[in-house]
Amino acid sequence: MDFDYSDDQKFLKDEARKFLAAHCDVAVVRGVLDNADRSFDEKLWKGVAEQGWLGASIPEEHGGLGLGRVELCAIAEELGRVVAPIPFASTVYFLAEGVLAHGTDGQKAAILPRIAAGQLIGCLATSEGPGVVGPATLTTRVEGGKLFGTKIPVTDGDVADTALVLASEGGRPGLYLVDLKQAGVARETLKSLDPTRGVAKLTFDGAVAERLGAAGAGFDIVQAILDRAAVLLAFEQLGGADRCLEMAKEYALGRYAFGRVIAGYQAIKHKLADMYVKNEVARSNAYYGAWALNDDAPELPIAAAAARIAASEAFWFASKESIQVHGGMGFTWDVDCHLYYRRSRQLSLVAGAPKVWKERLVSQLEQKNAA
Amino acid sequence: MDFNDSPEEAAYREKARTWLAQSAAAHRAKWGELKPNTPEHMAAAKDWQATKAGAGYACITWPAAIGGGGGTPIQSVIFGQEETKAGLGYGYFTIGLGMCVPTVMAFADSDTKKRFVSPAVKGDEIWCQLFSEPAGGSDVAALRTRAVRDGDDWVINGQKVWTTGAHYCDYGILLTRTDPDVPKHKGLTMFWIDMRDTAVECRPIHQMSGGREFNEVYFTDLRVKDSQRLGEVGDGWKVALVTLMNERLAVGGSAGPNYREIMKLARQLSGTTGPALKDQAFREKLADWYVQSEGLKFTRFRTMTALSRGQTPGPESSIGKIISANQLQELANTAVEMEDQYGILVDPDQAPAEAVFQQSLMWAPGLRIAGGTDEILKNIIAERVLGLPGDVRVDKDVAFKDMPTGR
Ligand SMILES: Cc1cc2nc3c(=O)[nH]c(=O)nc-3n(C[C@H](O)[C@H](O)[C@H](O)COP(=O)(O)OP(=O)(O)OC[C@H]3O[C@@H](n4cnc5c(N)ncnc54)[C@H](O)[C@@H]3O)c2cc1C
Repeated sequence: MDFDYSDDQKFLKDEARKFLAAHCDVAVVRGVLDNADRSFDEKLWKGVAEQGWLGASIPEEHGGLGLGRVELCAIAEELGRVVAPIPFASTVYFLAEGVLAHGTDGQKAAILPRIAAGQLIGCLATSEGPGVVGPATLTTRVEGGKLFGTKIPVTDGDVADTALVLASEGGRPGLYLVDLKQAGVARETLKSLDPTRGVAKLTFDGAVAERLGAAGAGFDIVQAILDRAAVLLAFEQLGGADRCLEMAKEYALGRYAFGRVIAGYQAIKHKLADMYVKNEVARSNAYYGAWALNDDAPELPIAAAAARIAASEAFWFASKESIQVHGGMGFTWDVDCHLYYRRSRQLSLVAGAPKVWKERLVSQLEQKNAA
Repeated sequence: MDFNDSPEEAAYREKARTWLAQSAAAHRAKWGELKPNTPEHMAAAKDWQATKAGAGYACITWPAAIGGGGGTPIQSVIFGQEETKAGLGYGYFTIGLGMCVPTVMAFADSDTKKRFVSPAVKGDEIWCQLFSEPAGGSDVAALRTRAVRDGDDWVINGQKVWTTGAHYCDYGILLTRTDPDVPKHKGLTMFWIDMRDTAVECRPIHQMSGGREFNEVYFTDLRVKDSQRLGEVGDGWKVALVTLMNERLAVGGSAGPNYREIMKLARQLSGTTGPALKDQAFREKLADWYVQSEGLKFTRFRTMTALSRGQTPGPESSIGKIISANQLQELANTAVEMEDQYGILVDPDQAPAEAVFQQSLMWAPGLRIAGGTDEILKNIIAERVLGLPGDVRVDKDVAFKDMPTGR
């Protein structure tokens, strides 16, 4: 048993933190937040590509660094700490991981080296409206290799080059690779809770679609991709939650009320202790998820769900209570609390809401404990 | 990040499993299924402890020279897991071996250690912790039991309360006040005492759970030798902190029904719109409990990892009791409510799952208090882990005798 990052992984994580401190300070995040025309920071994206992070877990033969998934988790944690305004999750956790796990050799060769080189942004398009996507409600369809229908909202759909689109073909769900730069694709940028990430409505009218994975297996493949992504997203959430606790602590130690630092008041101390407890529960579940992801363990679906549920809860709690600790300052645009509050909502919803994951977890436990 | 046993760990697990398979069966054949808190149950517990000690499975992390197993913390966890799977595990020794004897080992002279450690490991002698008093629970240092020097002896008068196991224990560690003229933390001294001394009177307390596991303990002119002192005169608080630190490690995980048992129950019962297990609100709670339980389990693994890398464990263990005690209470209550009108029944012959949820419901309030209340544990996290300022201490510079007291 070994439940921590190795020394090499810690080194990588420290380096990532240093890089992000230098290249992703809050001015970078606000540069995207305050500018309606930008949904990510191109310079940071280039820098991250140069660091090799986009291809961290892509095998060397496809132009990546060929590192394990725990290394990717370490990077994710650091990206989460600084609410990095880049389409990293969409490109790496969804597209790259999806193609690695389910793509043909040809698809891998076509997509992975471009991702690793920072030349291709990805996205995952499943939602078609409010509520949970299910087989009964899926209206996007593929006919003769052409895609028709509308996906909304698609995170990073405004800037992505390639989308993974869930659609039905002959009444059965499939997952399709779609080049978004072709005719037959219309995009409309939408406003979202977290303007540091772009969101779009994608309309397909006869766009060429190439299937990823087996016919009729679309829902299962999406779920498998989400299981992997859930672990990585949990690390981003954990990084964000840790930062919220730090910010709340720093503020509480400097703010006086009634003649004392507010950090000395038990209501505030216990709030921060509660944050700590939730963050540690999230960290422990995330580590288990990282192991399951890295080892492709059969426990992955359960581990991923647990990691996602714990991390979503921790980040939500830390982000909302951090604002509370900051008082009126916390409610201002100028203080960074809301960046984390926004990102906590974005990350909790982008791969399906916690409620959906709770149901997934329990149905898995039901199967496991059926006997 | 590796969840699997290393080859050495796997070998140890296999060895433990093989040993347990035989020994647990032999133990059961001899003792059968006994009701807790009976003399037979205690005898069985002592027998099992001795069996384990003989095979090096008692106090696994302690040196073999003093009766321990000479093993690693991870081995101790592995054995604990396998012992639980084998359905054995008695609670009588937790306080003594988890808290009292380590304190003795840290502060006693070598003769005292030689005399007491190995009998405790073998289960021949059981220890209790005599800290809390009517006037000092969370604020242990407010205790009033006096120890007065008389030549080579000390004479002790006063009262302890909520002392788990005092009625069956052989020895105890006792925190006393030796100087009321200095602030509360500075006037304390620790001793070990013989619980069978006639000057020690033990009155079991009836708990709200119905059990009688803890006690009031009275001392009337109890004479102890100065050689029974643990640590320096006036240094008792420092000694007590060692005990309390070990306490947080010892009480981290708690027994009781978990998400598996309540799932099983929910499978059998009907809910408002179908089987109780299909109730969506219940399923969400179940998911939360699973995530918390696993989170705690893996947090312990992180502590083990830190230990095995030669680091001192972080404060992670203090989160364990906050989560598990609260979870036990909520889970038990949900199970009882799931039984609807029938949930009122606490009769093991009638209530589902032998009324284990009803029993847990009545035990959980104590778990949230024993070994530090939720509030005190949160203070510890806030102050020692996060480095936030301590609470305002109005009694800090006041001599103990001048301290304001309430009821
Ligand atoms: C089942 C059980 C077994 C026990 N076994 C033992 C044993 O073997 N040996 C032993 O010595 N003791 C034992 N105890 C006693 C236990 O350690 C105390 O009950 C506990 O520390 C709380 O002290 P108290 O009961 O005096 O509550 P109090 O200290 O009076 O607390 C009352 C309330 O005030 C709160 N409070 C107190 N101080 C603060 C603060 N600074 N900030 C915020 N809130 C505060 C508490 O959290 C609690 O909610 C046992 C108790 C139980 C329930």
